[in-house]
Amino acid sequence: MKILMVDDSRTMRNIQKNVLKALGEPVHTEAGDGFEALTCVASQPDGFDLMLVDWNMPHMDGLSFVKRVREKDKATPIIMVTTEAEKGRVIEAIKAGVNNYVVKPFTPDQLLDRVKQTLAKCQAATAVAAA
Amino acid sequence: MSAVAVPPAPPPTPSLTTRLIVHFITSIQEVLGTMAHVTVTVGAPSLKKTPLPTYDVSGIIGFSGEFVGSMVLSFPQATAEALVSAFAGMPIAPDSPDFADAVGELANMIAGNAKTSFGGGTNISVPSIVLGSGHTIARLQDVPCMVIPCNTAVGGFAVEVNIKPRPTARPATGAK
Repeated sequence: MKILMVDDSRTMRNIQKNVLKALGEPVHTEAGDGFEALTCVASQPDGFDLMLVDWNMPHMDGLSFVKRVREKDKATPIIMVTTEAEKGRVIEAIKAGVNNYVVKPFTPDQLLDRVKQTLAKCQAATAVAAA
Repeated sequence: MSAVAVPPAPPPTPSLTTRLIVHFITSIQEVLGTMAHVTVTVGAPSLKKTPLPTYDVSGIIGFSGEFVGSMVLSFPQATAEALVSAFAGMPIAPDSPDFADAVGELANMIAGNAKTSFGGGTNISVPSIVLGSGHTIARLQDVPCMVIPCNTAVGGFAVEVNIKPRPTARPATGAK
């Protein structure tokens, strides 16, 4: 499984990596802002299986990154992992194309459950579309 | 061009300040409890009278939008080392770039979590980190800075909150 982690905090990326070890041995690609993340996406022709994206970052925020990704890729599961918990922000993120939302602070179980739930939903949607 | 007068914002009422401080206290306890497994006890908030931060390590977040101002997460060095290591799940030396990164992320989560209770329309900046004793922090002068003293099993720290509602722009009398 190839996972793109986009967060300006390396500490937060490391925490997420440790939690996601429970998924097996995922291959992580890391970016510190939206621009770096777009470069990662462009250099990964086969795409990623999952993206975890922070909202508040320098240079390009997570919402702008998600909008750019969704211009070409409607399928890759994207989870916003952020402190932005107001209802309006969550709606804004979902409209931009995120599949799920995790509010910081989170427990390892909360993050892992949300990731598993998102992957299962997206796989089911892909299967239905292919049928 | 219409003239627009921006009246000075009224100072926050005690009830507003109290409500905001409660949101920060809740956020401090939730963030450190969830991410660092540390129980935080909070003392009585007090008015800060100096631009010097309470301790040596400062994680600073700015607010803009419906509320403006700043929050400073202020640690003594030893407490910062213990808390960021608990947060990261591994020892982090103070001379490592990850030390400032972790302090910034804690500040980001505390401020972001607190502002969720402000009612929407408020944005937070990416964190700035200052390490070392004797630095000063510029704050809004027309609103009190409240200090929330916090204690944990690994030492004390403080959260300094200096925010107010955004001044409202109104058309001047006679403006068209």
